[in-house]
Amino acid sequence: MSPLPGYLVLSSFLFAIGLAGALIRRNAILVLVGIELMLNAANLNFIAFWRFSEHPEALTGILFVIFSIAVAAAEAAVGLALVISIYRHYKTTNLDQVNRLQG
Amino acid sequence: MAAVGMRNLVHCVLALTLAFAGLAAAYLQLGAQFVGFVQILVYVGAVAILIVFAILLTRGSESANTPMLSKGWISGVLIAVLVLGVLIYALASSSALPRGIPPAPDIAVRQVGDALMRRFVLPLEIVGLLLTAALIGGVIIAMQEPKKPAASPEQGRAQRGPTDPTTHSHP
Repeated sequence: MSPLPGYLVLSSFLFAIGLAGALIRRNAILVLVGIELMLNAANLNFIAFWRFSEHPEALTGILFVIFSIAVAAAEAAVGLALVISIYRHYKTTNLDQVNRLQG
Repeated sequence: MAAVGMRNLVHCVLALTLAFAGLAAAYLQLGAQFVGFVQILVYVGAVAILIVFAILLTRGSESANTPMLSKGWISGVLIAVLVLGVLIYALASSSALPRGIPPAPDIAVRQVGDALMRRFVLPLEIVGLLLTAALIGGVIIAMQEPKKPAASPEQGRAQRGPTDPTTHSHP
């Protein structure tokens, strides 16, 4: 029995925790943290399936994860810049109070 | 895994860093050395620091007695538990999982670099372009201050930069 289901269960828990964090927290930064957790769950799935696949020498899982990490870093940078801009404008990071489109 | 449950934001980020380090350990355990070290460098090193900076820059708005969960948090928890149940059910009922353990792949970092430089060179360039665009976009988004123009010399130069060509183009 391969340990692949263990990794998949761990990744499912990470995804669910990230989804819950992105949905229930008020602070915009914590929503971004939840999104990062979900992306990492997907990366863990890629690596686990690559490790237990038939042809691990194809390296597709590893390269996909590398590009995914790069895109996630770009997303984190732009997202945090947006949070700082919103904070300057509204003086809060509470998402329930940021409810106007035209400030 | 307590990264989303704590009240103090800095504690949340510390728990998040711990989760990222654990994931890096899982990658190393799975035989993906390069991805494990990239995970440590990018997430533990860069993203966590970035989030801490953002928290410190946006501090002061939250007080101790504001509710930390948003209004519809019950439905959020319900959706997350539902998604977790669906994923676990799909895992348990799946027949596509391999039964045996294949031998551990012997992947050197040299092979990863080889693949990045030959087969995946175009995606690599596109990712570099994307990162540059994200860097410039992040700086521009975080820098604009509509209320007090040209507060510091850097901001004044950055705000004058885009307007100079327009003034020159209308002689």
